[in-house]
Amino acid sequence: MSIYNRKIFQAIAVVLLALGVALPAVQADDDRDGKYVGKYGGENRGKPLQLGQTNSKFQQECSACHIAYVPGLLPAESWRRIMAGLGKHFGSNASLDAEDSKEITAFLVSNASNRWSAPTAPLQITEANWFRRKHGEREIRSSIWKNPHVKSPSNCAACHPQAERGDFSERNIRMP
Amino acid sequence: MATLFLTAQPAVAETPNEIQAALKQEAAGASGFQGFSAARGEDFFKAKHGGEWSCASCHSGNPAAPGKHARTGKAIGPLAPSANAERFSNPKKVAKWFKRNCSDVLNRVCTPQEKGDVLAYLLTVKK
Repeated sequence: MSIYNRKIFQAIAVVLLALGVALPAVQADDDRDGKYVGKYGGENRGKPLQLGQTNSKFQQECSACHIAYVPGLLPAESWRRIMAGLGKHFGSNASLDAEDSKEITAFLVSNASNRWSAPTAPLQITEANWFRRKHGEREIRSSIWKNPHVKSPSNCAACHPQAERGDFSERNIRMP
Repeated sequence: MATLFLTAQPAVAETPNEIQAALKQEAAGASGFQGFSAARGEDFFKAKHGGEWSCASCHSGNPAAPGKHARTGKAIGPLAPSANAERFSNPKKVAKWFKRNCSDVLNRVCTPQEKGDVLAYLLTVKK
């Protein structure tokens, strides 16, 4: 190897090293409070997702047909909209009596995402920018989505067994 | 305070037979009521009523067996009281689920006759 070539090689190595250090740092910042306020266009899930306390009515009523989606996955306005439309909830009647509805809405709203700065309020978690970015083609092969155990992107627990506890950490992902 | 007092009350526990008796009282108000029929209830349970789903779509054709939500795949405990003692023991829950599921399956509320027939059928299902 000529001296010239070695210099180029070293320069590339330095660049790669810098990238190698920088990339994980950027990823780690995904989950750091406050630093990147506009991350995911402001459609970012809350942090932390683990709940200090949960609500038994929420658990009982909202996990009969699907898993209990952690409130921090959507902003407060989304939960208000969802709770106001339970008579036609993704094609099904999921209506509650007024008292239960009030209690669950209060729980959802007070534990909603604290990092959502966009004026948006999607009805589906899978429509949020943070969700799309983390579940794009580069992250997950299309064959995974077609797996019968997955069935739908709304089935968090297919790959995140701790989803109902708000744990979506990468080390706890189990692809079927 | 009133709310706190109310929620502190234990849920009124009833038996499927008590719930059946209440339905009978309701149904008897309609003209020509001749009692509930388990056979009619079974047909009703297994048939589609103009929509995409029947009762059996989620509760399985064998109500003593666990079911599975037709859309989400979430596990649903058996519906027959013989296989699941919690079923038809809480009038509030019974009313809530008949309201929701009749809306999904029939796009209307169920009549007391229909509810009573279905419960009569479920009570004949052995574990």
